[in-house]
Amino acid sequence: MQPRSGGDAPARPPLLTAATTEPDATGPAPEEAYAISARGLVKTYSGPDGTTTHAVHGLDLDVRPGETFAFLGPNGAGKSTTIALLCALARPTAGRATVAGADVVSRPDRVRQQVGILFQHSALDMDLTAEQNLRIHARLYGMSRRHSRRRTTETLDAVGLTDRRRSPVRTLSGGMRRRLELARGLLHEPRVLFLDEPTTGLDPHARAQVWEHLRDLRDRYGTTLFITTHYLEEAENCDRLAIIDRGRLVAQGTPSALKDAIGDDRVVLRTGDDQAACHIVRRTVPSGVCVTADAEGVHLRVPDGSSWLPRLCAVLELHGITVHVASATPPTLDDVFFHHTGRSINAGRPVPPPTLTRPDRATETPASVSAEPGGATATAEGRP
Amino acid sequence: MSTSAPRAEGVAYASDSSDGPAATRPNRLRRELRAVHALVHRDLLRLSSQHTHTALMLIQPVLYLFILGGGLAALIPESRLGVGYQAYLFPGMLMMTVQTPAIMVGIRLITDRQSGYLRELLMAPVRRSTLLLGSCAGGTIVAAVQGAVLLALAGVVGLPYDPVLLVLLLAGMILASFTITALSLALAVTLGRPEVFHMLLGLVMMPLLFLSGGFFPLHALPGWAQALAAVNPLAYGVDLLRRSIELQVPGHTAATGIEWFGGQPPLPLEAAALLVTGAAALLWAAHRFGRPE
Repeated sequence: MQPRSGGDAPARPPLLTAATTEPDATGPAPEEAYAISARGLVKTYSGPDGTTTHAVHGLDLDVRPGETFAFLGPNGAGKSTTIALLCALARPTAGRATVAGADVVSRPDRVRQQVGILFQHSALDMDLTAEQNLRIHARLYGMSRRHSRRRTTETLDAVGLTDRRRSPVRTLSGGMRRRLELARGLLHEPRVLFLDEPTTGLDPHARAQVWEHLRDLRDRYGTTLFITTHYLEEAENCDRLAIIDRGRLVAQGTPSALKDAIGDDRVVLRTGDDQAACHIVRRTVPSGVCVTADAEGVHLRVPDGSSWLPRLCAVLELHGITVHVASATPPTLDDVFFHHTGRSINAGRPVPPPTLTRPDRATETPASVSAEPGGATATAEGRP
Repeated sequence: MSTSAPRAEGVAYASDSSDGPAATRPNRLRRELRAVHALVHRDLLRLSSQHTHTALMLIQPVLYLFILGGGLAALIPESRLGVGYQAYLFPGMLMMTVQTPAIMVGIRLITDRQSGYLRELLMAPVRRSTLLLGSCAGGTIVAAVQGAVLLALAGVVGLPYDPVLLVLLLAGMILASFTITALSLALAVTLGRPEVFHMLLGLVMMPLLFLSGGFFPLHALPGWAQALAAVNPLAYGVDLLRRSIELQVPGHTAATGIEWFGGQPPLPLEAAALLVTGAAALLWAAHRFGRPE
């Protein structure tokens, strides 16, 4: 099911695009409407026993300049392979892609000059200092000594590592290393920055800091950000997102559009007699709605769930069943992912009977989603 | 490297005017040179920041020179070698000094691959062969720097501090370092895993050292061992240094080293053999490394 594959997305331009592309007047040619554009991108690996693995299987992707684009998928879905293809680190088996106006197959050097990358696993020289790592990067990208000195100072300052510039990387914390890599990725002023799971393995505070820098970057320089993640709350913060599963794109659009497409809210009722309540609710709601009951209460999915709450409560009271708790939750990105793939994103395992796993997800997911942005703002303000 | 950079810029500007529209071409050359410089710079930074490691690498050949050399000097009469044993050992010790950092380059290519740093290098907007060239240049320079430090011991084994001799020895060490570095890189791009590399080194290092003619004259060995020595790059390195000393210091009539078809090859030919081997290994490594994934 691909109701959201690109079609509806251009109708809702992200707020930032208009403002952020203007300063970059020198760069993009008029026909270059997209920072990243891929058509039918395929990457297959042949296994030792003659089998072929489709790491990426026919990917169509468009990312506009200045956009923050999330690439959401479970581990092994093909996220890192896609990044390798778009950065011209690996050659596509089929299909074509243009990144920052250059073709990844015919002009890999132009692509690499214009993009920066944060690898999934740290790729710093641990024995050298923060500053030395940046200087070497600058020379690798052909920058003059003076330019490299200036950019090193600027980027170290931007990520708040000026006071640690002479520390060997091995003495820096995980969050500092990530910020240093961010500085390095930005050193040559790329138009597109790829971030492969930029916050995996970081504590909430460090994660918030990285995101703070990313937002700042987007707002100040209009850099296009392409972020792979399996954290739903991070995807939620992006202008648009694509969901990838087993090498295929299953959905694409703004977070709210994707959630709206699912439509149904999750309604949970806890009553004095859940079994009886289940029967009554089933008779009340439209016939197609699946109503289940278990130890956690009565569950159902209906459009506009909050307007159903008073009606359901009234009906139940009428039958003499006390309602202890009633809640209606709008769909989360996890629901979107579940809707398109039949699995929960962070579970990895297939979720066989939805009735069994839904309840605990219902209580856990909204909590973790709301907890994160709160933590982010708290730490952001806490920093002087 | 730093001396060649301004020259390259001059070339770049000169060709810029003749070359009209293709303004990217001279830029391209300069970019590649800067990437080479980046890698050499990285190697030199590591050399200067890892004091302990560098010191340990330098101590090993010194220990050989004074302990092994000092001990055996009493047993081996000068008449058999033409010189005192420590003086005899000196070229071999210099070769040991340059060989360790040169081989480290290959090991680091593999560890860079494992640590992920190689991906950072591969993302650089330059040719992959440039990256390999940079690694080779870095390894050669680091090895030569370490060799130059130990050259200071020449006086201890009774060699004069003659500028011509020192330049000849340094040139010989640079050439040998280049060849060993290139061979090490060729091996590193062929073998993917560090364990295999280390195992191979453990297996091969001892025979290579003993068949280099650094510890004892090669002509004392049986025929098959001499044949092996004739394909040992270290033996050519030692021979080069030993014959340079012979050339400059009248008293030193060194025992013959490598023999081709029963005769000693001329000195320039030995040097050329080293250079060609190194260049071939580097080309092969660049070819292997340059293959797209």
